[in-house]
Amino acid sequence: MKRYLPFVITAAVALATLVSGAMLYRAKLLPALTIPENSAAPGAGGAESGHVRGRSDAPVTIIEFGDFQCPPCANLSEPINRLERDYRSRLRVVFRHFPLGNHLHAREAALASEAADLQGRFWEMHDLLYREQSVWSKAQDVRVLFNAYAGMLGLNIDRFKKDIESEQAKARVESDEQKAVALGVRTTPTIFINNHAVPAALLNPPGLRGSIDAALRAPTPVSSTQ
Amino acid sequence: MNTSRFRIILYTLAAIISLAGLADATYLTVQALTGETLVCGGSPDCFRVLGSSYARLAGIPMAAFGTLAYFGVFSFATFAAFGYTRARAFLTLTVGTMFLVTLWLLYVQTFILHAFCRYCLFSAALVFGLSAIVVLAPSSRRSP
Repeated sequence: MKRYLPFVITAAVALATLVSGAMLYRAKLLPALTIPENSAAPGAGGAESGHVRGRSDAPVTIIEFGDFQCPPCANLSEPINRLERDYRSRLRVVFRHFPLGNHLHAREAALASEAADLQGRFWEMHDLLYREQSVWSKAQDVRVLFNAYAGMLGLNIDRFKKDIESEQAKARVESDEQKAVALGVRTTPTIFINNHAVPAALLNPPGLRGSIDAALRAPTPVSSTQ
Repeated sequence: MNTSRFRIILYTLAAIISLAGLADATYLTVQALTGETLVCGGSPDCFRVLGSSYARLAGIPMAAFGTLAYFGVFSFATFAAFGYTRARAFLTLTVGTMFLVTLWLLYVQTFILHAFCRYCLFSAALVFGLSAIVVLAPSSRRSP
């Protein structure tokens, strides 16, 4: 019996590892989130009030709940811009804020983008914040950098400084956060394609491209323009 | 305490330590497979490490290799505890490789990524413990 004992023990541990790994995998799979059809309803997260780039009649709409200090969001920023260029009128991109509490400057960055939006430059600030994320995310005083970014974009600095403190900017960020919570969003980036959340494992350029292609092939694509 | 008993205790200890490593590596493998390392929600430092290109080798999560390595260590330590001399050689080889890989990963975290993942540091501590056991274990000429 002793001769076989090490075989029995290692086989038992292998089995236990496989079973517990499979159980953990099932438990960790995020629930498939969807945005209700009637996205104009209170608490829904459709495109009606987010920052939108692209045509309103595009067959595919990407809605991103993002955090400017989140490295995976920054990693996806340029690939999403590329997708926009590739799919042209067939793709619309919507951005919503979901600054995470464990990112020290995320909320301030969201407010900076809203302050830029009040001068019509949201997307320019959005791209710049993601591009420079590694710089400002480690800074002690991010305001100095954000003001410099506003200057680079040709914004009126005095107005930008005022707007970043404004109730209007705060209300916009909070409104997006409430929408995210209502939809069950917990992580960033959370990306919806035609109102269906993209699984975390597909949050990479080929995964997103495949999801967009699948949405384009779908017989009756659900648009979130209503 | 005689040498044989000391050896059994050390290899049993190595098997127990490798079980902790197996649990850690399995958890990280599942995180990588579910895409949890591709999103923010937990520790930003952990993402910086586990979401980096260094966390995968040929598209396969490093944690998956870690799972296999820890399972190997567990198996070899168990067989070594039961007196299989050849298992000790395999154990030394596996732990030695893990030691070198751990040094590389610590270098990457410290000097390239400037971020530390607590799961990786836990694994590093386990590998150092296993290395100490392999060094301390007395050699044996007996084979069943």
